[in-house]
Amino acid sequence: MTALASPTRRALLAAGAGFGVSLSFMGRARAADGLGRKKLVVIVARGAMDGLSAAPPVGDPDYAGLRGRIAIPAEAALKLDETFGLHPALAGIHGLARKGQARIAPAVASPDRARSHFEAQDVLESGAAAAYGTSSGFLNRALEAMGGHRVEALSVGTTAPLILRGKVQTASWSPGRETDGNPRLPAILGDLYAGDPLLGPALAQGLETEAMVAMARKDAAPAAAGMAPAASGGGLQALARQGRAAAEGVGRTTAGLMRRPDGPQVVALSIDGWDTHANQGAVEGQLAGRLSYLDALVMGLHDGLGETWKDTIVVTATEFGRTARVNGTGGTDHGTGSTALVMGGALKPGGVIGDWPTLKPAALFEGRDTRPTLDLRGLFKGVLAEHLGLDRRALDTTVFPDSADVAAATGLA
Amino acid sequence: MTASPDLAAAIAVTRFGLGARPGELAVVARDPKGWLRDQIRRDGADQPAGPAVSTAERLAGFREYQMDRREARQGDRKDGDDQDGKTEARDPVRIAARMIREGPAEDFLARAQLAATTPAGFRERWALFWANHFTVSGVKLVTATVAGPFEQEAIRPHVFGRFEDLLVASSSHPAMLLYLDQAQSIGPDSRAANRRRRAAGLNENLAREILELHTVGVDGGYGQADVTEFARALTGWSVGGLREPGDRQGRFLFRPQAHEPGARTVMGKAYRDGGVDQGRAVLADLAARPATARHLSYKLARHFVADAPPPGLVRQLETAWTRTGGDLAAVAAALVEAPEAWTPAPAKLKTPYEFLVSGYRAIGARPGAIQQIAPTLNGLGQRAFSPPSPKGWSDEAAAWAAPDAIVKRMAWAEAFAARTARGLDTDAVAADALGARLTAPVRTAVARAESREEALAVLLMSPEFQRR
Repeated sequence: MTALASPTRRALLAAGAGFGVSLSFMGRARAADGLGRKKLVVIVARGAMDGLSAAPPVGDPDYAGLRGRIAIPAEAALKLDETFGLHPALAGIHGLARKGQARIAPAVASPDRARSHFEAQDVLESGAAAAYGTSSGFLNRALEAMGGHRVEALSVGTTAPLILRGKVQTASWSPGRETDGNPRLPAILGDLYAGDPLLGPALAQGLETEAMVAMARKDAAPAAAGMAPAASGGGLQALARQGRAAAEGVGRTTAGLMRRPDGPQVVALSIDGWDTHANQGAVEGQLAGRLSYLDALVMGLHDGLGETWKDTIVVTATEFGRTARVNGTGGTDHGTGSTALVMGGALKPGGVIGDWPTLKPAALFEGRDTRPTLDLRGLFKGVLAEHLGLDRRALDTTVFPDSADVAAATGLA
Repeated sequence: MTASPDLAAAIAVTRFGLGARPGELAVVARDPKGWLRDQIRRDGADQPAGPAVSTAERLAGFREYQMDRREARQGDRKDGDDQDGKTEARDPVRIAARMIREGPAEDFLARAQLAATTPAGFRERWALFWANHFTVSGVKLVTATVAGPFEQEAIRPHVFGRFEDLLVASSSHPAMLLYLDQAQSIGPDSRAANRRRRAAGLNENLAREILELHTVGVDGGYGQADVTEFARALTGWSVGGLREPGDRQGRFLFRPQAHEPGARTVMGKAYRDGGVDQGRAVLADLAARPATARHLSYKLARHFVADAPPPGLVRQLETAWTRTGGDLAAVAAALVEAPEAWTPAPAKLKTPYEFLVSGYRAIGARPGAIQQIAPTLNGLGQRAFSPPSPKGWSDEAAAWAAPDAIVKRMAWAEAFAARTARGLDTDAVAADALGARLTAPVRTAVARAESREEALAVLLMSPEFQRR
């Protein structure tokens, strides 16, 4: 337990939580058979990430006109190919792309078209064809389908995200327990909770997880050293630096847990704060800040995973994209297609995933949004099939119910 | 449902209210329903004690900070890093940090103290429901300081009035207009847009969330075109800025020059152009729609009674709503009268805030400093005045019962007991807090505890106390 009391590392993760980063992970790795070594990280960008700024199609002739003052200038974008670049805040991920370890799916969407954050997040995380179709998450059902072994599940974060709710018991942990505690209390409560289906399993799992995370964090200590946010020094830039350091620290600590022999195979994290209705900025500004946290988080994972990076795929997904046209307040409203980032040492090099519909007026979905050409479920099907070895039937029926007509993306791993 | 008076009292105080204070159950047992009915009153919910700071004052402070920041930036550009003390004192980041920390902390503490001490726990819970329904979150810099005043000005006075009035108060309040980006939305063909050189236009955030969250709900029968039309109708709804006369700053201001001219059609109904009245007319119709009655009745039943509420209960609330045209006092009375609301088994897990408040109530105390509650609420995922989205805090156990959260509740219960248990008769506290809901195993575990601290922690963490 002493590792938990380390003020530096507790402060670090707490700072991460303050910047809207939280993580959940599940699925302790199987013994070192081939697929058991493989790791999957899903980052949910909550609030609808603007794909046209994250990976701007600067070579699309309609891009600059639609975007006006929030357009990323072609010369500022980090070049991917003749059409696409990455936002300058994603410099670390661009470095991966140059090694063939990061690709974009620039026109992806879930099957939901209501443009409601809450309904769309439900569809994204549940993997269902329509909102509120199932109360469990597709990652939980994916682990169930990989089955045949006892799977441990763990979430880190203050509330349990839908994407990993389900039959597989999910543990959770987040920093901040303040006392060493009365050693009798858990046993007394264990008795009182014996017939309680909600509190009983939760307390037992919570205590077990606390012990495991303490060990993992002790192991991860060298990697996390020096990750504490700058102690002081005013200014907004310092705040941004602290946010990046905190996000990187979350990435490294997560990587430390994943590298353990009994560490999780599948991890889910969330970053919120993408709902940029006003003043979203261009090369600098609000959205650039969120993207730089995302970049730091991914690079923290990359650096912390070391050798394990070659067995890892990281996918970012968001509930929907934003309007192609800048709105009246220097921001963007709820749209449809957005960009997913697929990264990792286990990723097959290649170009853009899915077709680019272009931003021609006639090509826009309902005259306003990037038209989706790839179903988000198809992207995840491809990753789960090629990287984690799930079979087609499970993907079409239990992991993504009634989705036989949604083709899996190929050539990913 | 014919619960005994003692059990009915325990239900009234915990399920409808915020938990029992010592001696409260005995009083309530004389007439549990009457005790609830008497808390319904036309002039709304109680206001937290302390100096009432208005939204306008808080926004004035915020705008001053923005100007300082601008000046400081220009200063930086001129003479690099200025290290002298004057700059330090006026460092806008420090000022902002102080402003964002102190004002809301006072607001939140005063509100928690009200919750911990009020003899009208149902009235307070009813107000908290509506404050959460019309969420203004402090996650944005500009709204961080006005979430408290918003609740006092737009929510509390109206919670037992007509829903339409509450909806208009919320939708036209500066805090909501800023939180959901309405204040800057400009009609694309308005005079203001034609005068401006750079692109100006609609922001549909508020219009969408009023439809989806505040009124008819996501299945309420609207489409993208309705969202856009409603957003056009709302153009001009704004907040007085620094260029306006002093008495208009930080207050609702209709800007006719930003209003999109022309008639609008929202959900099949046409609205002629009437300036500010056009948006008001849409709100009035949305408030009166059957889908709104259904959406809100379901949400109320889920909040007070069960995550999956009994359909009969939802119907009774809906009937009361429809019969009275959305009179919230009548809906509250219908909730009190509904037999389904009095089932003995507690189905709801307390949210972190409800848990902490009921802990203080159980020992007849109140939080004395923000540090006693804020860090724990952060750790449990319910940061003061800061729901993660316009949807507000979750009303479902699944969101709050993550294993880590239960361990953290236990840690708080221990720390709280260590601070407060000295001198308490913990057997009496247990009987006073849970009344007829106190089960034999919990009574025994409390009685057998090695210390008062352990006894109180066991009581607070008991399944009965965690639920309501």
